[in-house]
Amino acid sequence: MVEADFSVASDAADRAREADIPHSLVVRFGMDRPLRLDAGIDLAPFQIAYQTYGTLNAERSNAVLVCHALTGDQHVANLHPVTQKAGWWETMVGPGRPIDTQRYFVISPNVVGGCMGTTGPASTNPATGMPWGLDFPVITIRDMVRAQAMLLDHLGIASLFSIAGGSMGGMQVLQWCASYPRRVFSALPLATSTRHSAQNIAFHEVGRQAVMADPEWRQGRYFGESTSPRRGLAVARMGAHITYLSDAALHRKFGRKFQDRENPTFSFDADFEVESYLRHQGSSFVERFDANSYLYLTRAMDYFDLAADYNGVVANAFRGAETRFCVVSFTSDWLFPTPESRAIVHALNASGARVSFAEIVTDKGHDAFLLEEPELFAIVRGFLDGAAKARGLKIGK
Amino acid sequence: MLSRLKRDLTMAEAARAPGGARVDLLLVAEMVTPGSKVLDIGAGDGELLRILGEQRGVDGRGIELSREGVNECVAKGLAVIQGDADTDLADYPDDAFDYVILSQTLQATRRPRVVLEHMLRIGQNAVVSFPNFGHWKIRLQLFFGGHMPSTDNLPYAWWESPNIHFCTIKDFVVLCDVTGAKMERAVAFNAWGTPLRFNAPWWFWNLFGEQAVFLLSRRG
Repeated sequence: MVEADFSVASDAADRAREADIPHSLVVRFGMDRPLRLDAGIDLAPFQIAYQTYGTLNAERSNAVLVCHALTGDQHVANLHPVTQKAGWWETMVGPGRPIDTQRYFVISPNVVGGCMGTTGPASTNPATGMPWGLDFPVITIRDMVRAQAMLLDHLGIASLFSIAGGSMGGMQVLQWCASYPRRVFSALPLATSTRHSAQNIAFHEVGRQAVMADPEWRQGRYFGESTSPRRGLAVARMGAHITYLSDAALHRKFGRKFQDRENPTFSFDADFEVESYLRHQGSSFVERFDANSYLYLTRAMDYFDLAADYNGVVANAFRGAETRFCVVSFTSDWLFPTPESRAIVHALNASGARVSFAEIVTDKGHDAFLLEEPELFAIVRGFLDGAAKARGLKIGK
Repeated sequence: MLSRLKRDLTMAEAARAPGGARVDLLLVAEMVTPGSKVLDIGAGDGELLRILGEQRGVDGRGIELSREGVNECVAKGLAVIQGDADTDLADYPDDAFDYVILSQTLQATRRPRVVLEHMLRIGQNAVVSFPNFGHWKIRLQLFFGGHMPSTDNLPYAWWESPNIHFCTIKDFVVLCDVTGAKMERAVAFNAWGTPLRFNAPWWFWNLFGEQAVFLLSRRG
């Protein structure tokens, strides 16, 4: 076999159902409560799928919002309904974990434009009865945050004890602190930036072009035509996945080792372990993710530039902020390298905000924020403990 | 490096108060008005920030060069960022703090004058504590031994010492003059952490003070 096998285990209908009727809590906003999008469009009706963990205390003061990254979702700390795998941040969120669900009430919504139950291009367009596809309006990080604020209003949570997220999740964290500074007591933007760099936009464009080059993409109307651009999406994922790791991590994990063979086959089969690994990443990704969603969410990240809304000065976004910040970066992250985090810290310092910043030594690359990093856990735990003390948070109910 | 120095100070013969806190840090903390906003440059393992928070109720921030020090501080819930006193102070706006503290770090900076000028720009006041190289023991070592001095508090050989800009109390007073800093208060104390007589002359302090703490403000 020369070409990779990207056929899917779960069928498209299953995933389409997850987009409309997810295995999650859902709040539906009717025509009377539209989501005002940056694109100048009112999205209505729309819905937000979300998970919660732990218990909201009587003062409603212990809520922590967890924002997911590009290909994450609301299933932070429970079995994933599609993949049947553990939640993506189970090491961080749970009883006794750094974001301790015995102390905090954790809310994790799927972002607008996602494909796990919050309205996005895979959801049914009420006007046509078909999935939105490319008719879905282009959304921004600010739109995601605006929708999350509506969710918190619905849940009756006036102010968050904390908000945490890495990468695109970190962008949402920063946008929250700029848009609703009084609603955020403490914030953990991890491995992120106030703006998407040219290099990162370039990587995203390669991914989008891979999806669009797949003949089964059909201008985004693959649902109606019973096709699926899984090859294109898998290639996009393979490319992106490399950027989430590091040269050192790839070398440590795979080196130049062959996959189940002693010698090269002199073909384009996946001779190397690293090839086989990437193909697996690609094919497992297409089982759970919608190709159009990938286009929309990468676009939202590309458009993110916090300074642009504040006369080009990031510090103005945080002026007078009383939020306590803890910024974390990782030495081998070349997608959101440490200087980007330092720029956040400088802006926060300049605006007089209370900020901690730590760089963690690891060879795991950008994905380190998702992985077993004891130093990260200690920092998040210590930071939240300090913030809980400052807020006078009562432990338990 | 700075944090290494501090750890050495902590572990070596640094005098401690009955509660276990280092006397030099307590003297620094004493110069800070309760409830004020403080930047600690060279925060080390965060002990000074902890004391300032617990005893003076200050809103404290820190800069620390070493990654281990920073991560230790953040895990303790302190607001500390990784940074270098020699390069990063320029990014801070004017008058951002009531006090900017440089505790046992001055001698390890590359440009002490620039650092002190930034401190007085960023803060209304600056507090600087440093080991006094004019102390009689150090003078004796150089005079009779003919070697660069090393003490319990300053244990490095000259070729590996992070302390590249030692000064005496008299020298520091000159720096204050040059930078236009006004001396509000000064304390010198001996090896046991006992402050020297308040009205003693400078030469006495310079000879018998093992360490000194200065509270400075902008002139005019």
